[in-house]
Formats: sequence, structure tokens, C-alpha cells
Amino acid sequence: MRALGLFLVFALVWLLLSGLMKPLVLGLGVVSCLLCVWLASRMHRVEEDAGPALRPLHLLAYLPWLLKEVVLANLQVMRVVLSPRMALDPVLFRLRATQRSQLCKVIYGNSITLTPGTLTLDVDGETMLVHALERAGAEALRSGEMDRRASALEASA
Amino acid sequence: MASVIDMISFALLAAGGFCVFVGGVGVLRLPDLYTRMHAASITDTAGPLLVLAGLALQAGWSLALFKLAVILVFLAVTAPTAAYALGNAALVSGYRPAVVSDESGATDSEGEGHA
Repeated sequence: MRALGLFLVFALVWLLLSGLMKPLVLGLGVVSCLLCVWLASRMHRVEEDAGPALRPLHLLAYLPWLLKEVVLANLQVMRVVLSPRMALDPVLFRLRATQRSQLCKVIYGNSITLTPGTLTLDVDGETMLVHALERAGAEALRSGEMDRRASALEASA
Repeated sequence: MASVIDMISFALLAAGGFCVFVGGVGVLRLPDLYTRMHAASITDTAGPLLVLAGLALQAGWSLALFKLAVILVFLAVTAPTAAYALGNAALVSGYRPAVVSDESGATDSEGEGHA
């Protein structure tokens, strides 16, 4: 059943990306989708639970906020890179991740990495090892706003 | 009207190119792998964001616009994943940051070797 759902998603993506309705292309598409479903099942991703559903409204609020953070962090890192003396103050520190689900931990860890100036290096249960280019970036993460927002994506138990 | 869109598009593409350039400068100037990865992430975020926005204006409401959006989504998922894989590999193989205030606490083997 999951395999069928996965196949339909792949097929939809193929149709939208190719936009060609020739029999040969469609045939190749079907073969590719079947191949991908087979690969996914070999990786045991088909049977497994895909994780908890995310709260759509919180996700809708999270993405623009993350975009804003990413843009601000970009300007910050560009300022450091272009400054003549590059007064660096990198910090390596541990951060608590309060998300319960794997999926939201991944979202949180990847959000940290996606934001220039902070980089997730390791995840160990409830703590993450983070490298920050500047102390300000580390303090911003320690304030826990991103953690709170990433946790808010989970449906409350 | 079309020329206004072309001008905005030009500005976005130029700004995106500049971001990628600054990312490259950062990779050359910064002292070690971890700090360089911060510069490289400019190339993963602001660069494509601006370039794809510029291209989206050229594409208009078409299948190409959808494809550009899909590229952005894929980049947003794969770039940090690849960055984590690289950073984690460096950490696990024992590469320590060159200049750093280590506040991670030496609670396990990863904490070894900090001054």
C-alpha cells in the first residue's frame, strides 16, 4: 500500500518535471518509478512509518521565518568574509534539542546548518554539537527560538 | 512592463552571482574546514535563492517555474544534509577546529584534545 503511494508520488513528480506525453518517455517514467520504489523498499523506507504528521499551519509560519533567518545570517557571514581583518571568534558548543520525533530533529538540525554561520556536526540523543562562526550565532541558537519553533511543528501528544 | 521585470531579474541574478563569489572568497580566506563550510553555505543559500528568483521572473507562470521551485526545495533539503555529512565525517575522523572556543564540554571522546 505504501509502495503504491510512493509510486504515485514519483509518477506525479515525473509528469510535472518532464511534461512530455510521448509513449517512450512515459514508458521510461514508469520503469524509473518502479526502480525507485524497489530501491526504497530495499532501504526499508517503504514499510517504516514516515514519522508524525507536521502541523501545517506551524510549518507555514516556520518556513518564512527560517527564510528570514537564513537571509540575515547570510548578510552576517558575508560581512565577516569581506571584512579586511576577519576578527574570527568561532565557538564549538552543545545544544539541547527538545524535539521528540526524528523528523523534527532532522528539521531542526538541518535548519541550523542551512543558516550560514552555524553548522550541526553531531547529533547524540537530545544534544547537538554545533560549530558557530561567531559568538553571536551561538547565542542566537542558545536563546532557543529556533528550537521552540521546530518543536512547535510536532503535533502535541 | 517586460523591461521592468527584466531589470529586476538582472539585479537578482547579479546579486546571486555576487553572493556565490563572496562564498568563494570566504572558502579561500577562512582558516579551517569548519569555518570554510560557513562560507560555502552562502553558496548553498543566498546564491541559489537569488539566482532562482531571477530565473523565476523570466519563466513566468509556466512548468519551468514549478521546476525552479522544486530545485529550491531539493537544495534546501540536500545542502544541509551534505554539509552535515561532511562536517560529521571531519569530526569523527578527529579533525579539530583551528581557532575555536570549545564550550562543548569534554563529556565524551569528541571532547578530547581541546585546550
